[in-house]
Amino acid sequence: MASEGLTQTGYIQHHLQNMAYGKLPAGYVRVDAEGHQHVLEQATWTLAHTSQEAADMGFWAVHLDTLGWSIALGALFCFLFTRAAKRATSGVPSGLQSFVELVVEFVDGVVKDTFHHSNKLVAPMGLTIFMWVFMMNLMDLVPIDWLPLGAQVISGDPHLFFKVVPTTDPNATLGMAIGVFLLMIFFSIKNKGIGGFVKELALHPFNHPLMIPFNLFLELVGLIAKPISLGLRLFGNLYAGEMIFILIALLYSAGLIAGIGGGVLQLGWAIFHILVITLQAFVFMVLTTVYMAMAHDVDESH
Amino acid sequence: MNINLTLIGQTISFFFFVWFCMKFVWPALMAVMAEREKKIADGLEAADRADKDLELAQKKATQQMRQAKEEAAAIIEQANKRASQIVEEAKEQAVAEGKRLKAAAAAQIEQDVNRAKEELRGKVAKLALAGAEKILGATIDEAANSDLVNQLAADL
Repeated sequence: MASEGLTQTGYIQHHLQNMAYGKLPAGYVRVDAEGHQHVLEQATWTLAHTSQEAADMGFWAVHLDTLGWSIALGALFCFLFTRAAKRATSGVPSGLQSFVELVVEFVDGVVKDTFHHSNKLVAPMGLTIFMWVFMMNLMDLVPIDWLPLGAQVISGDPHLFFKVVPTTDPNATLGMAIGVFLLMIFFSIKNKGIGGFVKELALHPFNHPLMIPFNLFLELVGLIAKPISLGLRLFGNLYAGEMIFILIALLYSAGLIAGIGGGVLQLGWAIFHILVITLQAFVFMVLTTVYMAMAHDVDESH
Repeated sequence: MNINLTLIGQTISFFFFVWFCMKFVWPALMAVMAEREKKIADGLEAADRADKDLELAQKKATQQMRQAKEEAAAIIEQANKRASQIVEEAKEQAVAEGKRLKAAAAAQIEQDVNRAKEELRGKVAKLALAGAEKILGATIDEAANSDLVNQLAADL
């Protein structure tokens, strides 16, 4: 449990705040932990000390914890799989190689089932998404106070914000969804031409000149909804999952009986959560593949 | 929970990781897996072929065995035939040899008889002469009368 004097609301809020590094404008009034106020004389790049500061930083801020963990996990994925690929032999596979091949074969099967065009990008992208999202989700199973507490001890700042699950940050999930969205538009235009792409937006579902504005509105909403639903689905599932872990963790401060109950609950929820994180990684991968397939379907007739 | 630059950072790292996977991870793994698939397929095919070969070899062996048996039977039959032939031949030879011996013996006997007759004749002539001498009391001119006696002896 976090340091004494922290209220339950404070504990929850603390766990839901990312480590934001951004620019505070000149004349901004900062309040430090002891309640003293001081005014910034010029615009400063700094770590946000409160949620309010993080919000006031606006768009020009980065979540160091989200980016750090996601890049570290992505690098770990690359490292493990490259190592397996380099050492792979066509003989009897063992250990890491069999695991990697299992995942690769699984992803390859899923992609082949849904994506029937020739594209060298889609299957590796499915693998990357599946493993990366899975690993980021997996961080949710680390007891929620361990890594933040460790970070606080190492940095010496007891109020350091530190979220370890990148997928509970909408920036991360929407960031990936935007990547998918850009690829979707790129492949749509590449395969159908700009004219074909626009036609698809303008002449569906009602193929009549008068209906073009209506069609455009409908199709554009549908188009934009794809990345947003893709990102928010993952975010929502993981955010809710972490929220429950936080609430369970609160029980540890409420006496021995509640603590034991909390332990049982955490175990149960963690076991259930294994399903959720795998499923969400899988769903993200499958939807990406489906969107890619839609971008490749040229003569689609509704 | 604010939307900020992290979004773009995450998009860039997404593209980077996808590119990395596409460039270095996926093709290598796929190549290895395809190679193993081929190896296994080849192995299965070889096993199939070996099975077929074995079956063929067994068939051939059975055939050869049967042929060998037939040959052996033929050889034995031939040998039997030859053996009886040899026995037959030996018998014939023995019979012929016996006949020859018999003939030789008969010839010998006849010769002996002839010789004995000859001898006897000579002796009879001499005896006749001696008897006649005694009877006559005088010496007969052997030279003058031998023709007569010899003629007598030849008539015996």
